[in-house]
Amino acid sequence: MTAVLEEHFDATIRHDRRIEPRDWMPDSYRKTMIRQIAQHAHSEIIGMQPEGNWITRAPSLRRKAILIAKVQDEAGHGMYLYSAAETLGADRADLTGKLVTGAQKYSSIFNYPTLSYADVGVIGWLVDGAAICNQVPLCRSSYGPYARAMVRICKEESFHQRQGYELLMTMMRGTDAQRAMVQDATDRFWWPSLMMFGPPDDRSPNTERSMAWGIKRHTNDELRQRFVDMTVPQAEKLGVTLPDPQIRWNDARGRYDFGAVDWAEFDQVIKGNGPCNAQRIAHRTRAHQDGAWVREAALAHAAKLGQR
Amino acid sequence: MTDHTAEGGHGAVPTSGVPVEPDATQVRGDWPLYEVFLRGKRGLNHVHVGSLHAADPEMALRHARDLYTRRNEGVSIWVVKASDITASSPDEKDPFFAPAADKVYRHPTFYEIPDDVPHM
Repeated sequence: MTAVLEEHFDATIRHDRRIEPRDWMPDSYRKTMIRQIAQHAHSEIIGMQPEGNWITRAPSLRRKAILIAKVQDEAGHGMYLYSAAETLGADRADLTGKLVTGAQKYSSIFNYPTLSYADVGVIGWLVDGAAICNQVPLCRSSYGPYARAMVRICKEESFHQRQGYELLMTMMRGTDAQRAMVQDATDRFWWPSLMMFGPPDDRSPNTERSMAWGIKRHTNDELRQRFVDMTVPQAEKLGVTLPDPQIRWNDARGRYDFGAVDWAEFDQVIKGNGPCNAQRIAHRTRAHQDGAWVREAALAHAAKLGQR
Repeated sequence: MTDHTAEGGHGAVPTSGVPVEPDATQVRGDWPLYEVFLRGKRGLNHVHVGSLHAADPEMALRHARDLYTRRNEGVSIWVVKASDITASSPDEKDPFFAPAADKVYRHPTFYEIPDDVPHM
């Protein structure tokens, strides 16, 4: 029986059709999808913090309104994704529990601090730019609910990247001090952005299976290269220097060469030794605990109305 | 060592040693799940867009507005408690929908009409 079901599943993947929630699927596929979607959701939720940090200190009402809208989008992205994870039998409250206890992780990029308002711009430009490179192929994920959530998310990410770049262009037209802030933020976020694509392909043993299942469409190295190719001309136009002296156009490859990423730092941040790991989780835990009485009161109120 | 990859949108996360099954002791007093349907604009059907948690239907409607219509994606919203939905499974497709497949006479192309009959 399982063989027939498995053949049906394989054929659906082979024809590049979508797997839908009540379909039979191998348990390993289901678990992999929950893990992927849940940790993506956690990244969006934790991703509100570095920028949310600047809402009260935005330089103008216009920037403040934009930043609030952006952070609200990140919350929305987290919600779309938790919703998709629940179609696989995950439970939202349980996922939050797994985030705050550290059983499941979020992207390492959010463990870096945001030290100036230029960081808001650079996060939009580089971090969201890298996210777009990752996310656009995920709109074709073999798991239907995830792919559909990604379509919504990608539409909104485009606003995120553009507001960031526009913010930086504005600062670059400003004073020397403002230009220095943009350069400093670029220096700090460039390498962590490249790490967002994960270790080199030869250190990424699950990639092959994920690609066979149609839940990962390009390898880590390919996505990283795309990001570099996309970003170098943007940096030139902006007038900032990317902190990698080895970046140069390679005519033979038709792509940019770039230097080696410090994977030891990446391993440290992932292990929990990044600059802000503890702070991010503590903040999320506090928000969850502080909201507990509201959740309970709303349930009690609904139960009371139900009895009338 | 733990394997990491850029599998989620915002980048590298561990892909091994990560539990995914719900832990029953964690789950308590959670708000029920509602499915959300949007009418994108007048003249279109409501379409399923996702789900959310809310304490009651009124709250579900407000949350649906904030979550699924931040950019004018809808002119009307339905919310339905997920537990109230009865659904067929895509895998049951063949037997469940067989009654439709064997009634070809329900389709206009079943009938041969000469080309020179106008407006048909």
